[in-house]
Amino acid sequence: MTQEAATIDRIPEDALLRKAWEAAAAVPDPEIPVVTVADLGILREVRLEDGVAVARVSPTYSGCPATQLIETAIAAALEKAGFRARIERVLSPPWTTDWITEEGREKLRAFGIAPPERAAGKRALFGEGRVACPRCGSDDTERVSEFGSTPCKAHYRCRTCGEPFDHFKCI
Amino acid sequence: MVFARPPADRNEALRLALLELADDHLVLSQRLGEWCGHAPTLEEDLALTNLALDLLGTARTLYATVAEREGKGRSEDDLAMLRVEREYRNLLLVERPNGDFAHTIARQLFFAAFMRPFWERALASKDEVVQGVAGKALKEMRYHVRHAGEWTIRLGDGTEESHRRMQGAIEALRPYLDELFVSSEAAQAAEEEGVLPVRADIRPEWEETVSDVFARAGLTMPEWPHPRLGGREGFHGEELGHLLAELQYLQRAYPGAQW
Repeated sequence: MTQEAATIDRIPEDALLRKAWEAAAAVPDPEIPVVTVADLGILREVRLEDGVAVARVSPTYSGCPATQLIETAIAAALEKAGFRARIERVLSPPWTTDWITEEGREKLRAFGIAPPERAAGKRALFGEGRVACPRCGSDDTERVSEFGSTPCKAHYRCRTCGEPFDHFKCI
Repeated sequence: MVFARPPADRNEALRLALLELADDHLVLSQRLGEWCGHAPTLEEDLALTNLALDLLGTARTLYATVAEREGKGRSEDDLAMLRVEREYRNLLLVERPNGDFAHTIARQLFFAAFMRPFWERALASKDEVVQGVAGKALKEMRYHVRHAGEWTIRLGDGTEESHRRMQGAIEALRPYLDELFVSSEAAQAAEEEGVLPVRADIRPEWEETVSDVFARAGLTMPEWPHPRLGGREGFHGEELGHLLAELQYLQRAYPGAQW
């Protein structure tokens, strides 16, 4: 996925649209509240249709239990900002970790979650890239489990500083 | 008696083809969910339930699509919770009981090694929903294959006991593998319309993945001249009834219950 895809599909032009975008974009992820739905790139677009704010949202994983909660939270944020709201779930193109913004990546790292590597793609049957420890920066880390506390995270351990940490999986 | 009847027309065939896929994913998801709290380690407990969630997500989108296109006012929940076992169209492989950990891993490898190339081809589907589901599911199936593949090698190439169990699981599941590559009347209609990939075409890639893993694991695939078929027509093993009894219990005991 190209860098352009990480930005919203349409830059809000008029003030009303900007207000709607800002309200929706500020909604935090329920499981990793340091990042917003805009940081994660799952809020694809907000547009106005006959006075209704329509937010287009891409789920991260097929079965992510937070998807419904995120959609409800975005609708609530839009309504709080004075809009009538509707959510559209967008499956295609599928969300990729490449859509996480630079700012989002930094926030994840500061929170102790190693952000995904760039250029998610087809990996070999086995083998994986290096993941740097979000605490000490060391590359000498090992995967404890590909499945962590949420569907989007894997569980790692740093061999240098000894700390366990989460890695936001690259898909 | 209620049973999985063949499609009456083209549109129904296309819906039933998606329903078959949805059933595969829901039933396997439920099987993996049975490990919750029982897996050999905490990491594996999380892994199996994570995989189950992926499958459930795929099933939900497919059920919702079938329900909407059917236009009879049924919901995804009605399709999952209120059909009896003879109406379920899943592959026999996915309903096989968890057995020991080796059985679960072998079943997972066989299924994921099929679904990965299946979804890869489905990216070119003429059906927008299938295309969307494929994009997400393909990414997920890649690590499903990796997870099951790594365990198959670890167990096959591990101790004498782990090897014996892994080989035993492969032999126990072998009769159910050919059904993966058989297209029902409904699936054939979807394949002709360019909605779903042709199942038989996936065999070479599936065999490549499985033999790569088996070679590293020191395992062998037995010959099996008598494939077990029938899942797509609603002929299931008694194990599916037990699975559905647990899955559907609440809706059966308290019809229409919501929370």
